[in-house]
Formats: sequence, structure tokens, C-alpha cells
Amino acid sequence: MATTNAYRRIYTQLEAITKATVTLKASGVSNDELATVAGRAAQVVKIKGDLITLQVFAGTEGIPTDAEVIFQGEPPTLNVSDELAGRFFNAYGEPIDDGPAVEGERRQIGGPSVNPYKREQPSQLIPTGIAGIDLNNTLVSGQKIPFFADPDQPYNQVMAQVALRADVDKIILGGMGLSNDDYLYFRQAFENAGALNRIVSFVNTTDEPPVERLLVPDMALTAAEYFAVDKNEKVLVLLTDMTLYADALSIVSNRMDQIPSKDSMPGSLYSDLAKIYEKAVQLPSGGSITIIAVTTLNDGDITHAIPDNTGYITEGQLFLRTDTDTGKVIVDPFRSLSRLKQLVINKQTREDHSQVMNTAVRLYADASNAKTKLENGFDLSDYDLRCLDYAKEYSNRLLAIDVNISINEMLDTAWELFAKYFTKAETGLRDSLIAKYWKDNN
Amino acid sequence: MKKTTGIVTGIISNLVTVEFDGHVAENEICYIDLGGVRLMAEVIKVTGKNAFVQVFESTRGLRQGNKVEFDGHMLEATLGPGLLSSSYDGLQNNLETMEDVFLKRGEYTSPLDHDKLWEFTPIAKPGDKVQAADWLGEVKEGWLPHKIMVPFSFKGEYTVKSVVAAGEYKIDDTIAVLIDAQGDEVPVTMVQKWPVKVAIGGYVDKPRPYRIMETGVRTIDTLNPIAEGGTGFIPGPFGCGKTVLQHAIAKQGDAEVIVMAACGERANEVVEIFKEFPELVDPHTGRMLMERTAIICNTSNMPVAAREASVYTAMTICEYYRAMGLKVLLLADSTSRWAQALREMSNRMEELPGADAFPVDLSAIISNFYARAGIVNLRNGKTGSVTFIGTVSPAGGNLKEPVTESTKKAARCFYALAQARADSKRYPAVDPLDSYSKYLEYPEIVDYLNQRVDPHWVEKVFKAKNLVRRGKEMAEQINILGDDGVPISYHEAFWKSELVDFVILQQDAFDKIDCVTPMDRQEFMLTEVLNVCDMEFNFENFEDCRNFYKEIINAFKQMNYSEYKSEQFYKYFEQVKNLLSNGNN
Repeated sequence: MATTNAYRRIYTQLEAITKATVTLKASGVSNDELATVAGRAAQVVKIKGDLITLQVFAGTEGIPTDAEVIFQGEPPTLNVSDELAGRFFNAYGEPIDDGPAVEGERRQIGGPSVNPYKREQPSQLIPTGIAGIDLNNTLVSGQKIPFFADPDQPYNQVMAQVALRADVDKIILGGMGLSNDDYLYFRQAFENAGALNRIVSFVNTTDEPPVERLLVPDMALTAAEYFAVDKNEKVLVLLTDMTLYADALSIVSNRMDQIPSKDSMPGSLYSDLAKIYEKAVQLPSGGSITIIAVTTLNDGDITHAIPDNTGYITEGQLFLRTDTDTGKVIVDPFRSLSRLKQLVINKQTREDHSQVMNTAVRLYADASNAKTKLENGFDLSDYDLRCLDYAKEYSNRLLAIDVNISINEMLDTAWELFAKYFTKAETGLRDSLIAKYWKDNN
Repeated sequence: MKKTTGIVTGIISNLVTVEFDGHVAENEICYIDLGGVRLMAEVIKVTGKNAFVQVFESTRGLRQGNKVEFDGHMLEATLGPGLLSSSYDGLQNNLETMEDVFLKRGEYTSPLDHDKLWEFTPIAKPGDKVQAADWLGEVKEGWLPHKIMVPFSFKGEYTVKSVVAAGEYKIDDTIAVLIDAQGDEVPVTMVQKWPVKVAIGGYVDKPRPYRIMETGVRTIDTLNPIAEGGTGFIPGPFGCGKTVLQHAIAKQGDAEVIVMAACGERANEVVEIFKEFPELVDPHTGRMLMERTAIICNTSNMPVAAREASVYTAMTICEYYRAMGLKVLLLADSTSRWAQALREMSNRMEELPGADAFPVDLSAIISNFYARAGIVNLRNGKTGSVTFIGTVSPAGGNLKEPVTESTKKAARCFYALAQARADSKRYPAVDPLDSYSKYLEYPEIVDYLNQRVDPHWVEKVFKAKNLVRRGKEMAEQINILGDDGVPISYHEAFWKSELVDFVILQQDAFDKIDCVTPMDRQEFMLTEVLNVCDMEFNFENFEDCRNFYKEIINAFKQMNYSEYKSEQFYKYFEQVKNLLSNGNN
């Protein structure tokens, strides 16, 4: 790894080597400082007297006891400037797109937190065209929200779509454990959209050592803070896949002989994840950082430590699921939630938004009850049958992720479905709204 | 006196080893000098000449040989007028007076305004014999009488030599001079310090709680009331409305002082408090809500060690106001994050872990903390109280985990938030059957309720609980056997429980009227609902039964949304009565 620092301290005698760490005698070393061990990047994780333990990101395979250790004198940094835009970097912030190194101000990654008292309340809607999001789980700038998805779902495609449609100034991609195919997919999607100039990517692929991933979110967020804080821009950060990030955390804690807590995750998992997600912020100066992440699940299990801790930190979650009726991937209206949606619904959207959203979901729930009845062999009423038909169309025209319409179109579509399948009384909508929006079929 | 000093010899994350000269105390505060920036830390273990300290800030850049200075005292809260309507971090730094948007390491701001003038009125007179916590005078903090007390750290009896005349003073001005047993003069100002991990004493005794703290939330006040000076906790998976419920209690709780400890939770939730509370009016006094509220906030991305300190700082401030004879309510969201902070530290110290890698003394630490709540009799015959409600975030929503279990042993009220209720949008999602209030078993509380609310109140409460329990059993039967497979009486029992659920248990926290229900209104509604449940109807079939109760529920719900005893309220009440008389025919 290249460094511009002139002052270096070099050592050549290792005292101990484990799979992920090396220990040596050194002096004047500071906590979190970066170093190279036989050319591989490493970071100081423990100081005990003059014994320094370094975590070697790429693993210690083949490292000899006389390996050359060079201390860099500072924690990991990123050069920030407008030159970042349109570029692809690895976990260390080094270009991987054959472009030149970025000139700019050197900033330490993983910087301090925003004073909660200085934050603004998030209030700007981010439209995505996907009704499962805009209608039912509206995104707000400054929000942090993950997709919960099984590994076989097209979460990266959905995320790329959301990012490219969202009205933001910059998109920062933090890819952790991306397969090479997915990396190329993102690259192509961004290029095809002609949006490269507003995208910055930090990518760790599955070809690279897993522990390197730990640097990716901090790199991405340092770039995000540059654009949001220094340039007052609206920044959207995409982090995929946070489950693989957490897996890397558990590898490191395991190698350092820490006692694991639930699901062999480190006891500090909550704080580790919170440090990343809480970088989402609406700044008083107008800039904002919004984080959309992906947390892959094991067979829909949200009680696992990773999704569980994530759920306590993020402001809701978007649940992807394949609808058995239509065969399409939908944003599950029951298990998804955007905690900040009430900050924009009916304020930046039409007056009927909240009622239409709730009614549509309630009728969808009635349909799911009807389905259970059917499966248990009970007779279905006329209402039940209409609910089932409604559910299919609702799922197809609104919940499916391939929908791309404006919020008003979503609302109109919902009114059309209400009139098609139900009486006014069955919808339980407020009279004043019915008078204004009900679409008579006659 | 020369301060103990030392140098840094080891670092693992925020656990630092310091080799010191002289003496240090357990929990003593020290400052690590990092090129002019002073990082605050607390001693948590001493072996030989090595002190293990937990640093309240990021230790990035710290190196072996950095100088450390020990401060000679434990982590202390600064207590005096001006605490209310302030926003502090876990170490009681004032977040409002920090300049930068980002938190700067080593930036510590004063908790109180030292230049503000307070209107002081003396209470004690020269010649009075006083002890720690006795009142010397008072200032108006908002509309609250804030007592200036003999500092809690004073031991034995003192004689008042002089108290300043009524007038305007700053907190650091001497407002009284006391004479101790040796005949030495001791000046007293309006501000004092107290170590947060030690409970504030100075009261005569702590009786069993004997009255109720009203929250305006029906599922709490009616079904499982919390006592003034009592303890309760709210466990629940994410997305079940823990925070909404806590905020509702904070807005409506019948307390004179509210302290909110946002411990390791989302920053945007705290922003909501910062932005909304200053605009809200306290339903009991008509004054601004913020005037009676102090916020201690250590969000999830702020340093972990300060998270633990934040709940202690909050409790100390509560105890301080209790000593003034005030009714104080402490809300901590969430105590699980605090327990996790303990776990992180214990892990770094390489202690042998208990269940789920939590420290083995977790249960003791939690019990100890909950024990600091309570109602107390002061030496002047007045009473003060600290009521404590904490939330717990059980991992995976599973209540069989160490923090929930330890808290269950310590807290007397249990408000279990159920995922199933939240999924079906039955808010607040407090499970009526799993939840309990041990205070309903206290004879003094039963007497209080029966006197205060209605002579048969507690009986009615248990009746309502029973209806819900029966309804749940019937619902299971109906699910298994089908609507037609069970007698009509099963449907009736089920719908009676739905009636209690929809009218009493469910409450719209976002509706202007429904969000807060005073006790007399709760009494009225429960009595009327139980009246309906006592009636006999002859339904032709289950559909009649369902439709009948749906209409009754709807009319009752409209009553909940109407101003109490307004024309509209009685209009819907008439509607209920009409439905009933039709149903009886």
C-alpha cells in the first residue's frame, strides 16, 4: 500500500503470529495506527507494554518471523475531494478502475459522531417509484433502513434501482463480499444509467480477504460526510451486504480470543453496527446522509443476532419476499416498516395517503385470512373471494418491485382497486375522502 | 495535595492500563493527556501498580507513555438549579452549549449556567440545626420550587450561622454559612456534587409504595397500575412501539419532574424529543413540557462506557429532585444497551462470562439500580418519590434472556409488548395477560385505589382481566373448530374480550383526545364496558353476535375519541344504550 508519509518506523522481528494477527516489540506506536506487515495492510488492535498486536487484514499465511513491519503513524485515511466522484476503490481507498490516485484532503476514516442536539429532524421524502416503498414505507432523507432479504432475492438489483431513481446528489456504494458478478452488475448499471459522475464506489469482492471488508463502511461514510458536510449535498449510501460485514467482525473477535455472545457474534455487535448506521443524518446546513443497506437472512429468520441488532438500530426494514400468487418479488407490507414515514406522509404527499395506505394493507390482511380459511378447508364468503382477487391485483400492480410510478399514480391505482372489488362501507375510508377520490366504475 | 499520576502501558479498544504512583480508588476518575486533549476515564480494576481504566471516549491515537492524572474523586453529577430543560450527554456535559456539529473528543461543557441569576427565598433561619439534605432556601426553576439543600456529603449536625436575604444570586454565590461540630464555618452555594454510583440518602425512611402514579395510558393505569415510587419495565422486540409508549408516558405522566435517559438508542428518536417536547404542553399544569424535563442522552454511536454512566447520572438527578419533596419519573430507554456496555467491558477485562457472555453480576447490578427508586419520607415530614420505568430490548424478541430475566426479578411491574398485537396494529401492544403489576397485591394500594377511584375498582380490574383470558381461550377453540363448530356462548365470550380490548386496552397515542385518559374517565369507561359484559343476549347465530358487538365497540370507540362528557360523548353513549336495548329484545 502506498503512503505519502515520510516518517516511518521499521521493525523486523515478530514475537508471535496467529491466523489474523502478529505481535512484535515496538515503541511509540499509537492505538488504531495503520502498518504494513510484509507488505500487507495491518492495524494496531492491542498494546500491552512494548508488545504491539497488529490485525493483518489479508491474513498471515506465509508471513515469516522476520517480516518487515512498517508503521504509518496514523489510522486509515481517505483523500477526499470532488475527484472521488465517478471512481471505484478497494477497501483501502485505492483506485481499482485504472484511474489516478485521488488528490485531496487526507481524512481519518471512522470519525466522530454528530452531536444529537445539532441534528435536524428528517423531513424530505425520497421517492423511488416502487409502491411497496413510496406508498407503504416511505423513505425520508437522513433515514437508515436495510433490506431484509434471503440470499436468493434480487436485493442488489432492487437497491441499484432505488439508488438510480432517488433524487439525490451523490450515491456512495459500499460493497462488502460482493461477488465479482454483482460488482460488475453495479458497475454496468451505473454506467448504463449515465450516472457515473455522481457515484463513488468502495468495493471488497469475495476474491479478497474477508477482514478487509471492515474498512469499507467507514471509507464509504467518510466520502459521504465529505459531500454532505463540506458540500451540503444529499447523499445516499448503499451498504451491501451487512451480514457479511458482521461475519468479518466475528472472525476477528474469534481470532482475538474474545468470548462470543449470541450466534457466535462479538458482544459489541450492537455498538459496531450502530457506529455505522448512526452516520445517517439530516444536517442543519441542509446536507444529509441516507443509508440503505442489505442484511441477508437465513431462511427469513429475523431473530438471528445480525438482523435482530440491525432492527433495533435502523429506522425500519424493507422485507423482500416472493409472492406465491403472482410469482413476483414484492416488498412485504406486513413485515416492512419505515419508522420515519409519518414525518412526510400527508405532509409532502396527498391528503389521502395515510388512509389509503392503511386500508389497502388491511384489505390485503383480510385476503391472507381468507387464504388461511381456504387452506383449513372452511367455506369462503363472497367478501373473502373478492379479497383474494383484490390481493392478486394489489400485489401485481402495487407491491411488486418492478413497478415504477409516481406516488399520486399509486394512490389512484389503489382507489381504482377499492372501487373494483369493494363497497364504500367495506373500505371504511373517511367520507370526505370517498367523496373526492372514489372511482365509480359506472 | 499532590495528585496521583501515571502513564499508559496498555490499550485494548477503550480499556487502558495505567501504571501509577501513589494511591488510586476504585471508580476514581482520571484524565489521559493526548497532546493537549484530555480524555476522561474511570478506574474499574486495580492490580499492584496497574490500574485498568475505561475511557469514555475513542482511544484512537493513544500510545504507551501518555501521561495520566488521577482526579481524587468518583464520577460526579453537578446538582443545582438549571438542570431541568437541559440536554446532557451521559457524563452530564451540556450538549446545547457545544459549538461544533460533531462531538469533539475531550470537550467537556459545564452542566449548569454559572452566570444566570436565580430568585432566592430563604427557608432556614440562623440558629436552626440542620443535616445533609435539609432545605436552606428555594429558587423558582420554571414553576417548580427548587430547594437549595445542605449538601448531601455533609456529615452530622450543623448550625445555620446565616442565610442570605431574598434576592437574585448566581449558583456559585454563597447563600448560607453553616457551623460544623468543631465550630468551623462552612459556606454553602446553590450547587453541589455527588458521585453518581452512590444513592443519595438524607431521608428518614422508604416506605412501601402506597399510591398510584397515573400515566393516562389505560392498559397501564386500569389493568396494571404502577405505584408512585415504584418500578416497572417494558420489554419488547423492535417495532412493537416501545418508544412510542415511553414517550406517551413521558408526555402524560403525573409527575412534577421527568428525566429521560436515552441510553444507546437511535439519535433521530432523541431529535424527536428535542424538537417536539419544547412545543408540547403538560396536561397537568398547562406549562411547557420541557420545563419539567431533563434529557440525558447517550445515543448508540456515542462512546460505550459513557452509556453505563448515563443511567446513573439520570438516577442521581432524580434523587436530587426527590430530596426536594417532588414526584419524579425516570424513563430509561433502553437498559439492555447499558447491560451490553457492561458486557463489552467485562469481555475486555477477560472476566469469566455468565449467560450470553454477560458479566455474572449483571443481575445484582440491575437490582441495585432499580432499588434506588422509591417513595421517601423526608426529615421535614414531606414525601418525595422516584418512579422508574425502563425498557428492555430482548435479543430476538425472546424474553428468556439474561437482561429480561434479571430485570423481572428487580422490577415490580412488567409490561410485555407482544409482536402478535403489534402485527395486528393493536396498540399499545402491551399483552394484557402476560403483563402484571405486583402493586395490585399490596393491600395499601388496593385500599388506595378503591378509595380514590371506585369502591369496587380492583375487583372490576380483575374481572376485566378474566374476560380477556376467557376470550383468548374461546378464540383458540373457534379457530380449531370453526365458527359453526362451537356454541354461540363461545362467540359471546370472545366478543366480550374484544370489547375490553378495543375500548379499554387499545388507545391511539396519536389522537389528541384518546392519547391521555384521566382516572375518572377510565373508571367510567371500564364500568360501562363491564355492564355490557354482564348483560345476557339471545343471539340467533354467531354472525348476529359479531355484528352486535362490532357496533357496540364502534360506538364506545367514538366515545374514546370525544371530549369527556361533551355533547358528542353523550351522543355516542346514547347510541350504546340504544344498541343494548335493541339487543335485549
